[in-house]
Amino acid sequence: MTESAAKQIRRVILEQSKRAHVGHIGSALSVADIIAALYDGVLRVSEPKDPERDRFVLAKGHAMLAVYAALFLKGWLSKEDLNTYCGDGTMLGVHPEYGLRGVDFASGSLGQGLSMAAGAALAARLQQSPRRAFALLSDAECNEGSVWEAVMFAAHQRLSNLIAIVDLNGQQALGYTEEVLSLSPMAARWRAFGWDVHEVDGHNVAALQTTLAGLDTAGGPPHVLIARTTFGKGVSYMEGQIKWHYWPMSDAEYRQAMQEVEALP
Amino acid sequence: MRKAFVETLTELAARDPRILLLTADLGYLALEPFAEAYPGRFFNVGVAEQNMVGLATGLAEAGFIPFVYSINPFAVLRPYEFIRNGPIQHRLPVRIVGVGGGLEYGTNGLSHYGLEDVAVMRVQPGITVIAPADAGQTRSAVAASWNLPGPVYYRIGKDDKAIVPGLEGRFELGKVQCLREGSDLLVIAMGGIATEAAAAVDELAARGVSCSLGIVAHVSPAPVDELAGLLARHPAALTVEAHYRVGGVGSLVAEVIAERGLRCQLVRCGVASLHNGITGSQRYLHDLYGLSVEKLVETALRTLSQTKP
Repeated sequence: MTESAAKQIRRVILEQSKRAHVGHIGSALSVADIIAALYDGVLRVSEPKDPERDRFVLAKGHAMLAVYAALFLKGWLSKEDLNTYCGDGTMLGVHPEYGLRGVDFASGSLGQGLSMAAGAALAARLQQSPRRAFALLSDAECNEGSVWEAVMFAAHQRLSNLIAIVDLNGQQALGYTEEVLSLSPMAARWRAFGWDVHEVDGHNVAALQTTLAGLDTAGGPPHVLIARTTFGKGVSYMEGQIKWHYWPMSDAEYRQAMQEVEALP
Repeated sequence: MRKAFVETLTELAARDPRILLLTADLGYLALEPFAEAYPGRFFNVGVAEQNMVGLATGLAEAGFIPFVYSINPFAVLRPYEFIRNGPIQHRLPVRIVGVGGGLEYGTNGLSHYGLEDVAVMRVQPGITVIAPADAGQTRSAVAASWNLPGPVYYRIGKDDKAIVPGLEGRFELGKVQCLREGSDLLVIAMGGIATEAAAAVDELAARGVSCSLGIVAHVSPAPVDELAGLLARHPAALTVEAHYRVGGVGSLVAEVIAERGLRCQLVRCGVASLHNGITGSQRYLHDLYGLSVEKLVETALRTLSQTKP
């Protein structure tokens, strides 16, 4: 069921990227399994406007197509609307805009999402609600100093209902993270700031869900999953390749990508 | 104004549990009344203004009304993109409180001056911009606006003693407060410098110049119709603000004059550019930049002598 959700998300990512002739494909594929894990069993959202729902911030907004796919699979986004992705007059731009059903917070500027999620977590605590706040960050997003402002605050306030996931694919727009601005050791850095740190395979949906289910969100420090991922995961010629941060697919590339994704379990 | 703001907020907080106060480690001998009355609703987030605004966005989405507090440029400029992408884009009731607009931090220097805050806030649609003229008006302005549905920016002076004579704490959303009625010159002031503007108007009256005085405390959305009506009745207008000349109330008045096709000579009093490295008391700086009572009177008289009847 869950594997199939990840596969369906990848299919939508490829279909819509091709139809709209836009990039950011590799980034969306990188988080496809994390999004599948979250939307297929982790996020407690009875319906998108329920005030008591868990909050989710896609801090790395450029991977939003993966979330549109999940919203579509949840039935919160129609096929008709999905097919407006990156068209004129659409609510479905590259990055999430506030006002679209299922979007708790807009993003697009890196380094802002974790603060909003921390505010959402603090609000839940003040309102004595069990709801949780999730933020999915890119690894290179942690270049932004503001991320660490939020990291410090959450640890100081012991926001145990705040869960960050770092998509550790080792790539950023113009190069590999280790060459642009080293983030190593990522897990040790978060641990040093006082977070409960879990290193996981970001493409193993079951492992992601097990880890997330085991977090104590009623007490203790905030949690972070350092999710090891492969940029462009699932499409061989995109994996680990910088150009697929921005590049759109040709017809031949699209056919090959779809064949490979359809062959996934 | 600062004391009046905190007292008013503390009173409102007793009535509405949604009100929270966040500070980026500033507000010594100012925020204590709120912090002591509501320790569970007061957060010193540390010296981290960007995170403070991000937090407020998350809190407001869940139903709170967070006030975020810092010295003017630290509240406005450092987290500006967070304000734009957060409360403004999400249309959430976050309140940005920038203390010490203009040159109020005197010898602390440029880093602490708020000279472009109104300009950068005014360009953003959807945020209410409020710059009270004195402590009494701060009380009524906060009381009138704390519960607005969208974001609000408050430019709050430090001075709690100065009073604008005749204002008597009046504030209405969307209104200019008219304190004097004359026919030769319209003086329009924004913020704490209104005290100097009012004194200048009185001095001009003593010298036989008939002046009107309008206080613009609700700067955005701008009271355009009311300003246009006032401007149409005067041959000349002088705007007074402790702010750069570009972008503030002087620019606002210029927009109104141009867009309504009015015949009114405008002179904008404000800071044209800073003398690099020069600091001093607020009084000294006001004089240096043409904002003291004496300089305002000089500018007004010069303007009138040059205005065609």
